[in-house]
Amino acid sequence: MSTTPLLQVRDITHYYGARIGCRDVSFDLYPGEVMGIVGESGSGKSTLLGCLAGQLAPDAGEVLFDTRSDGLRDTLKMSEPERRMLSRTDWAFVHQQARDGLRMGVSAGGNVGERLMAVGARHYGDIRDQAVDWLGRVEIPADRVDDRPTAFSGGMQQRLQIARNLVTGPRLVFMDEPTGGLDVSVQARLLDLLRGLVREMGLSAIIVTHDLAVVRLLADRLMVMKDGHVVETGLTDQVLDDPQHGYTQLLVSSVLQV
Amino acid sequence: MIEIDTVSKQFTLHNQGGAVIPVMQGASLNVASGECVALTGSSGAGKSTLMRMIYGNYLAASGRIMVGGVDVARAEPREILALRRETLGYVSQFLRVVPRVPTIEVVAEPLLALGRQREEAMDRARDLLARLNIPERLWSLSPTTFSGGEQQRVNIARGFAHAYPALLLDEPTASLDAANRETVLCLIDEAKARGAAIVGIFHDEEARAHVCDREIDVSAFTPKAA
Repeated sequence: MSTTPLLQVRDITHYYGARIGCRDVSFDLYPGEVMGIVGESGSGKSTLLGCLAGQLAPDAGEVLFDTRSDGLRDTLKMSEPERRMLSRTDWAFVHQQARDGLRMGVSAGGNVGERLMAVGARHYGDIRDQAVDWLGRVEIPADRVDDRPTAFSGGMQQRLQIARNLVTGPRLVFMDEPTGGLDVSVQARLLDLLRGLVREMGLSAIIVTHDLAVVRLLADRLMVMKDGHVVETGLTDQVLDDPQHGYTQLLVSSVLQV
Repeated sequence: MIEIDTVSKQFTLHNQGGAVIPVMQGASLNVASGECVALTGSSGAGKSTLMRMIYGNYLAASGRIMVGGVDVARAEPREILALRRETLGYVSQFLRVVPRVPTIEVVAEPLLALGRQREEAMDRARDLLARLNIPERLWSLSPTTFSGGEQQRVNIARGFAHAYPALLLDEPTASLDAANRETVLCLIDEAKARGAAIVGIFHDEEARAHVCDREIDVSAFTPKAA
């Protein structure tokens, strides 16, 4: 078992004016671990994800990441170009809205290839081969490689976004409601795909969602947030089957049984 | 292999007036390698609760639960996950799977998660599914649409895919016909023979008598009404 955390989060706090976005959040994430963050709208889970991924500047705290090149670095103290490089190589971010993570005016193959070029790939044939390979892995047929994402269904767009994000072989993936807004059948397919990729690539991931069924299937560990605070953490099935905090009990008991 | 020492458990229902329900007190038991111990007691006595605590699915309020050198009552999530991957198997009463995943993959998954070769994992899965009489034409389909008995057998095949040193079995022979029941008892015997420590709940008395070396009545751990 690996003993060095990939990500160490210390006392992350973010205010929106006088209101709390999230406060004093700390945790360690180890290589290969998938952590779910659940909570209702406004609980601070997306704010936290934004702070971790360098999209929001927290008011206090540290985000230490075990980089491939220089070991442990506080990503909040990195220069902007350094952080941008990190978010193209070691990190990936899967948005809830596929169009926030895709270039809608560029072909599917271009969307994937662009990421490869951003990290230095130059050979057109190689880039195209890799793009087609990745489209296949996310179950997009090879004959759609030259189509633009605007011609894709919601589920296909989401799979394309995943291919675009994973093609560079990141070690940490941030996901914000990755299955939100999709049909249940499409969700199942996406969850299966994500599980396979996480296992094959040994990815670590942080998934923000309000869907408890999604975290039960995808996440090893769970963090429950309410009003900007973490109220409970633990093994996913333990938190869902034997919740300790009143809010988690309410959350779990409110799920409709199918 | 499994050592449980004065474990207690209570449920606090924060949304129902903060009611505190003590369900277990002073639970202690040891299971050696190669031994199968049955948990007995009337419905609601806490058999499943104790089993879930051993698996780390329920949080123990106090006491120690040592499985293969790890104290489940205190371990970090990742330690429990590693324990479940390598050491501690659990056949629950219900199959819970990702939709769309073929039966054979569901059964092979514990081996793949351990990094075994795909072919080896698939061979083992095919062998178990055949022994448990799941028709081959169903192997490539998701078990979500299977009958209750078929799902239970897929669940058992998955639970026995890896040779766990410790195994928890919750009603493994329930809803099975005579032939399949025989196969499951045989799998349990084989697991014992290779040295697995097993804790089981069996309402089927004949099955219990056949595979279990000892019985522990969990009613003894039920807190006395104050």
